[in-house]
Amino acid sequence: MDNGYILLMENITKAFPGVKALDNVELRVRKGTVHALMGENGAGKSTLMKILIGIYTPDGGTITFKNQKVVIDNTNTALKMGISMIHQELSPIPYMTVAENIFLGREPVNKLGLIDKKKMVEDARKLFQRLELNINPNSLMRELSIANTQMVEIAKAISYDSSMIIMDEPTSAITEKEVEHLFRIVRSLKEEGVSIIYITHKMDEVFKISDDITVFRDGRHIKTLPAGETNKEGLISMMVGRELSQIFPKSAAEIGDVVLSVRNLTRKGKFQNVSFELRRGEILGFAGLMGAGRTEVMECIFGVAKYDEGEIFINNIKVDIKTPQDSIKHGMALLTEDRKLTGILSVLSVRDNMVLASIDKYRRGMFLNKKRIAEVCENEKGKLGIKTPSMEQLIKLLSGGNQQKVLISRWLLTSPEILILDEPTRGIDVGAKAEIHRLMSKLAQEGKAIMMISSELPEVLGMSDRVMVMHEGRLSGEFLRCDVDQEKIMKCATGTNN
Amino acid sequence: MEANSQPNLPKKEIFKQKNYKEAARIFLKKYGIVLILLALFILMSILSPAFLKTRNLLNVVRQISVIGLIGMGVTMVIITTGIDLSSGSVIALAAVVAASLAQRVGWDAAMYPNLVGLPVIIPVLVGLAVGTTCGFLNGSIIAKFKIPPFIATLGMMTVARGLALLYSDGRPISSLTDSYNFIGQGEVLGIPFPIIILVIMAVITHVLLTNTKFGRYVYAIGGNENAAVISGLNVGKYKVLIYTYAGLLSGLAGILLSSRISSGQPGLGTGYELDAIAAAVIGGTSLNGGIGTVWGTIVGALIIGILNNGLDLLNVSAYWQQILKGLIIVAAIILDERKNR
Repeated sequence: MDNGYILLMENITKAFPGVKALDNVELRVRKGTVHALMGENGAGKSTLMKILIGIYTPDGGTITFKNQKVVIDNTNTALKMGISMIHQELSPIPYMTVAENIFLGREPVNKLGLIDKKKMVEDARKLFQRLELNINPNSLMRELSIANTQMVEIAKAISYDSSMIIMDEPTSAITEKEVEHLFRIVRSLKEEGVSIIYITHKMDEVFKISDDITVFRDGRHIKTLPAGETNKEGLISMMVGRELSQIFPKSAAEIGDVVLSVRNLTRKGKFQNVSFELRRGEILGFAGLMGAGRTEVMECIFGVAKYDEGEIFINNIKVDIKTPQDSIKHGMALLTEDRKLTGILSVLSVRDNMVLASIDKYRRGMFLNKKRIAEVCENEKGKLGIKTPSMEQLIKLLSGGNQQKVLISRWLLTSPEILILDEPTRGIDVGAKAEIHRLMSKLAQEGKAIMMISSELPEVLGMSDRVMVMHEGRLSGEFLRCDVDQEKIMKCATGTNN
Repeated sequence: MEANSQPNLPKKEIFKQKNYKEAARIFLKKYGIVLILLALFILMSILSPAFLKTRNLLNVVRQISVIGLIGMGVTMVIITTGIDLSSGSVIALAAVVAASLAQRVGWDAAMYPNLVGLPVIIPVLVGLAVGTTCGFLNGSIIAKFKIPPFIATLGMMTVARGLALLYSDGRPISSLTDSYNFIGQGEVLGIPFPIIILVIMAVITHVLLTNTKFGRYVYAIGGNENAAVISGLNVGKYKVLIYTYAGLLSGLAGILLSSRISSGQPGLGTGYELDAIAAAVIGGTSLNGGIGTVWGTIVGALIIGILNNGLDLLNVSAYWQQILKGLIIVAAIILDERKNR
């Protein structure tokens, strides 16, 4: 096999307002190999891939593909060159069919120049046959399960017959059986000479499928080595840069009474029969794959969505939660999963973002006490270590970590007793992560009750007193801190623990 | 996404900046439109000697007072990423209803022969009530049925115009009392009354937007409605309030207009909603939501007013004026996009 390099990315730099996403990184992929790209969230993997696929342009550096220097300025260029990608965020067009989604932008046309629907369906069917997938090309995308949606995304990337396929978390929503299926496809692609860049958080997959591994950390290239020359612990320490125990400083807190109790909570199509208790001083971690239903459960508890069955008790009194206002009145707070979408008011200032949920506290009759607001904001800025030139600064110019801190202070200003944190450290640098973890510990020590949804297993293991695992809408496991490890969580998360 | 790290600094901080180029940039960003207004003012004074006459200038401000009023309301609506296409028609409806209750004694063709010579407070309150009700309906439909504001207010625009025509039987309602006419024609200490009304409402609206919880919520809903909901805002309630306030302003504008020409006509205000939106956009209100000020809109209305007035004095055809206005609006939106990127 020709072991020449099919792809050389060298000295790549990319910066965004407030954050340097990539600092002189390199990536060298040998032809016909599976090359795993690893690193924590925010390490720069997705950014580098978006550069490769033409969504971003690098600030500096060179890309050499098939021995030629290239400039990839848009996604079409990348596709024509022979690079396709399975995206981490699934965004199909729900009201179009599977076949229409797969061939979007390159629909087969008949002699009259009109779309040949029959051929499109036939081509889709042939593709699925080749990949041994049992999906109806005529189904609407919105009818598919998340797992099948991901399989369609995979099929689409493969259908471009590219020389290189980037797979960004391709197994986040699929079960172990389908993962094996995917690996079969990957191996046969390798035999055809296709090169694959594989991004995943799942250690086992890396060692099962990849030939080489590259590790990024904080936007920098750490090391590239053959998979056979390292192991799980070695990878973790390269990715994280320090011992696991040092980064998740969950200090012991006194665990008190039950403050929240959920019984048989059900929302049709999203989750069923979820029951659990939450105590003061406790951090309850929620693990599971994408689409398992964790965010949906929290949305119902917080009043963002309606649940169909079940009961919620706060301090042993049954409560009727219909809107976020109700939850806030009962002392709850929700830090959402996607701060850009549902968290920050991007065109407004840091100050406006901070006081949003607690604004009633600064009223003098009909008017706002601006002096008090300024005091309160400065206070929070100091307490949480928020880096901003001034309170008037537009929040969109802050780094992800600082934005998250502003959102956390927004909630802390409502004096909550129960905090729901959905992926609280997603997409932020390691330093800020540690600060947020320290803050969580402190809040627990103060007697607050915290529910934390996280897709980062080290974070779940390091920060939780107890871990709940969800799989396809059901609670599939519950563990104490001392009893749990990555294997047990993954087994429950993928439904293979029965 | 550009690596644009210009901070948004309060006034004092700007002049402390060591880098003068940077300071100039921030200054332009904040006060750009005022500079444009001044430049336009100077240009028109040079081009036409009649421009600077007190009477002419007062005329300009009197003319933009109507647009300024509904412009404030639509500014608030656009900040929440909504739109209000009904202001012009609500002006007409409020105008004809108010005028019908403001007819003078001794007028044979009065609409309500038993209700002539009423104290001016009655047509005023009724006119305001009409505007407020239309705004309330707009807001309620938008909040309850989640209909896009464009569609809901488009509906109101058509219905209100139809009601105005129906109510007035398609004819002007004339011969109004002196006290009513005073509103649009009178002067207090040499200042035209409409200007006084405009300034008072501008101050009230400005204070509402910048110093009250209501104002913060307006910006929050426009900034990120989902985040606002999660933070506990009753978004539906506030949307109703915002559109109701815009309706109130339209009602007031209708009273102003009909008292100025001493006649309630069903055709009043046609096309005014677009001028109001133009004034808001030129004044820096962003159609993407979350950004906008009352003073910006007033400046925007002044720019349009001075342009119209200046070009009239220069005998430029009304058709050219319309083309120019359109080009300025597009230019304003392009500049706005680049500023907020």
